[in-house]
Amino acid sequence: MDTLYKRPLRAPFRAGPVTSGDQLLLRGLALLSALLLVVTILFPLYSMLAKSFHDASGLFIGLENFQRYFSEASLYRAVSNSFVIAGMATLISLLLAFLYGYGLTRTCMPFKPLFRVVSLIPLLAPSLLPAISLVYFFGNQGVAKELLMGHSIYGPIGIVLGLVIWVFPSALMILMTSLSMTDARLYEAASVLKAGPIRTFFTVTLPGVKYGLISAAFVVFTLTLTDFGVAKVIGGQYNVLATDLFKQVIGQQNFQMGAVVGLMLLLPAILAFFVDRYARRKQVAITGARAVPYSPKPHALRDRFFLLYCSLIGCLLIAMLGMAAYASFVTFWPYDQTLSLKNYQFDMMDGGGWAAFYNSLQMALLTAVFGTLFIFLTAYVSERCHGWRPVLNLIGGLTLLPMAVPGMVLGLAYIFFFNAPDNPLNGFYGGMTIMVISTIVHYYTVSHLTAVTAIKQMDPEIEAVGASLKVPQYRTFCRVSLPLCLPAVLDISTYLFSTAMTTISAVIFLYSPDTFLASIAMLHMEGAGDIAPSAAMAMVIVLTSTSVRLLHWLLTRRLSARLQRWKGA
Amino acid sequence: MKVSLAIPEKTGNKKYAAALLAALASLSASAEQAELTVYTALEANDLKKYADRFNEDHPDIKINWVRDSTGIITAKLLAEKENPRADVIWGLAGTSLLVLSDQGMLQPYAPVGVEKLAKGFRDANDPPAWTGMDAWVAALCVNRYEMEKNGLPVPKSWKDLLDPVYKGHVIMPNPASSGTGYLDVSSWLQLFGEDEGWKYMDGLHANISRYTHSGSKPCKLAATGETAIGVSYAYRAAKLKNQGAPLDVVVPEEGVGWELEASAIVKGTHNLDAAKKLMDWSVSLRANELYNEGYAVVALPGVAKPVAHFPPEVTERMIENDFSWAAANRARILEQWSSRYDAKSEAE
Repeated sequence: MDTLYKRPLRAPFRAGPVTSGDQLLLRGLALLSALLLVVTILFPLYSMLAKSFHDASGLFIGLENFQRYFSEASLYRAVSNSFVIAGMATLISLLLAFLYGYGLTRTCMPFKPLFRVVSLIPLLAPSLLPAISLVYFFGNQGVAKELLMGHSIYGPIGIVLGLVIWVFPSALMILMTSLSMTDARLYEAASVLKAGPIRTFFTVTLPGVKYGLISAAFVVFTLTLTDFGVAKVIGGQYNVLATDLFKQVIGQQNFQMGAVVGLMLLLPAILAFFVDRYARRKQVAITGARAVPYSPKPHALRDRFFLLYCSLIGCLLIAMLGMAAYASFVTFWPYDQTLSLKNYQFDMMDGGGWAAFYNSLQMALLTAVFGTLFIFLTAYVSERCHGWRPVLNLIGGLTLLPMAVPGMVLGLAYIFFFNAPDNPLNGFYGGMTIMVISTIVHYYTVSHLTAVTAIKQMDPEIEAVGASLKVPQYRTFCRVSLPLCLPAVLDISTYLFSTAMTTISAVIFLYSPDTFLASIAMLHMEGAGDIAPSAAMAMVIVLTSTSVRLLHWLLTRRLSARLQRWKGA
Repeated sequence: MKVSLAIPEKTGNKKYAAALLAALASLSASAEQAELTVYTALEANDLKKYADRFNEDHPDIKINWVRDSTGIITAKLLAEKENPRADVIWGLAGTSLLVLSDQGMLQPYAPVGVEKLAKGFRDANDPPAWTGMDAWVAALCVNRYEMEKNGLPVPKSWKDLLDPVYKGHVIMPNPASSGTGYLDVSSWLQLFGEDEGWKYMDGLHANISRYTHSGSKPCKLAATGETAIGVSYAYRAAKLKNQGAPLDVVVPEEGVGWELEASAIVKGTHNLDAAKKLMDWSVSLRANELYNEGYAVVALPGVAKPVAHFPPEVTERMIENDFSWAAANRARILEQWSSRYDAKSEAE
């Protein structure tokens, strides 16, 4: 027996009576979601990736591009490098994030809200910022380069370090959702049965978060496999698949070969889809209708250990941010370290100044509001609608794809699809709308999996009870399901806001003169050698995301206290 | 006549305005403000200056910039081919414009005064598909402090860089990712001949600590002491020196590769008249004086004055660059380069 407590395995919702009106509504919504996903994910990707079967003049040539690609000697090196790097980054970041998440959800250590905010630092800052910090710490002029014991930061060490920092918050978000939803009765049962802490961990805790762990592993693996940003700044000449993509698309404007690499990078996501379906069948609803929320009891040794651990990780993240903050005041690193505020006069700098910042703010707000709404609803519908497998599978597959699509592929795909003269939607191209849509799509998977993890752990019996009381499902959704999932919903919206403030790789192809963004301004300043002003812009972005996060937290704390009062009862 | 009805372009019902403008088109060229979407890879901090200078002569044409690095702007232009969004390209690498011209994306036009430009600085076709602005010349960025610290002599030529003392101190751009990198590779092949050129690169490869994806990065790394020598270009070096970087700029004796910055009209523009005005201005004396503020070599002969921190010997060391050869052989050269240096380039 691998778990102490197991509900009989059933397909969601077969258990209770269902009013057909509810299902009709769900199916209508499912169809709408699927349609929107097809238009914003499948069609654009097809318009880009289909080029892998064509030559430069658009002639169909079958698999010739693939043959050419596979005959290249450097390919195998790039593939093996990619897998080694992604594998290592995945293992390390999962371990770190799991422990951190465990500390935040399952212990009584103090300062939890603070640690939660600190853990988001990599998300709040554009990915350029950790790279700048890593160079200032460990570069040839770095203040702590001795720590690497003669190894260079420009290579695998730097890439893995940069990637772990970058994906840490995403992994943490999925794992925490999983860890925070559990039934205290399982632990009571375990202690009644005299199971020791280790046995309890392996028979109750781990099986309960299995789905979250698998999701997080796939997300992190795919993200690290397809990311180019870290490899570009810190990677030196260590070849990975994502750099191949950059060389083909940006270096040589060879969209056909770029499409070949882009297609290859989709493979892990397709694998993830099947693993997800397998895990889905195994997952057990943890928060049953009769579930008692788990609230950890003080345990001196454990709490102290996690306080120490979280402090260590937190300090590292703060040091990273601190170094970048310092960099933003330095006149010319490393030779003229006079501090000044002149780097914050953005209107004197190139790159759009404060106007770009307001554009970013606008885009981030729109992305957070519409993204959360759509993503959560789609996740709910896909979990609670029954029958209609093809449509639901389509949704499931399409929501997993975006994580495997590198930003530059997505950006170009959007140009090809939305700018086509015969596309009735081409009016959107060049405006804010297309940028918001592309950003939602770009960060869809992590948000979706967070939502699904939360919904999965909610017993479908809740809706069944609602239905038997003749309460329409939308009302049960608003009164019970949504409040239950509120923490996850808030996580998703702030995640989308922060990523929209910092995103670069896809929107760089889509902005127009009126919709220039702060993150791109930052990249341009760095490109022009103005590292300090670039770090300054990054700091403004970080401060904005942090204040939104705090504001959000303050505003919703009361709301959530009210909505989740039952938990304390 | 109801000439006064002309509606400013951005207000009012678009369809109405369009119909009305069409009706009035023949009547007058009233002083309404035209807008041009201009794609560029010019330095971001130069954009305002360029637009302001142009507007001093043409206050009625507003420039809306879309700026990014050469690779991204070129990719964007090519991706938008079926439905171009740019009116004019002002300040993009000549090789990129060759590609666009091959794809039939440029609108040939002979700007007023184009015949005065130096011969290499305009498309040979008549009317030319593109016209040059200035030249962008390869150079070494050398960090004074790092050279001293490591006891390295300042190199004078490309061949000097083969000396084993420089092992691990040289960084250059990857030609498969960066136009500047390809500029270097193609100039060595032209200077030394193919066999000698590859032999030179074999030797250089032994000294190179890594290849970057951006052409300006090696110079920036040299400026912050992350490397002693960066193979980059002179404009970037001069800019960084201005900011206080302890750099020396070396123009190797054998000669250096160079690349044009050029402009063109995008075929299908709805603002052809305004686009032509911008093109006319872009080859004018005033424009060339403007280019000369950042670049030592400009398209109009006799204009160039020395530029601060720019090595004066740059002009005579520019090689006879065969752009069409470089473009035609690009795929072959890059394939060979990658198989030689990419596959085995991760020693550590």
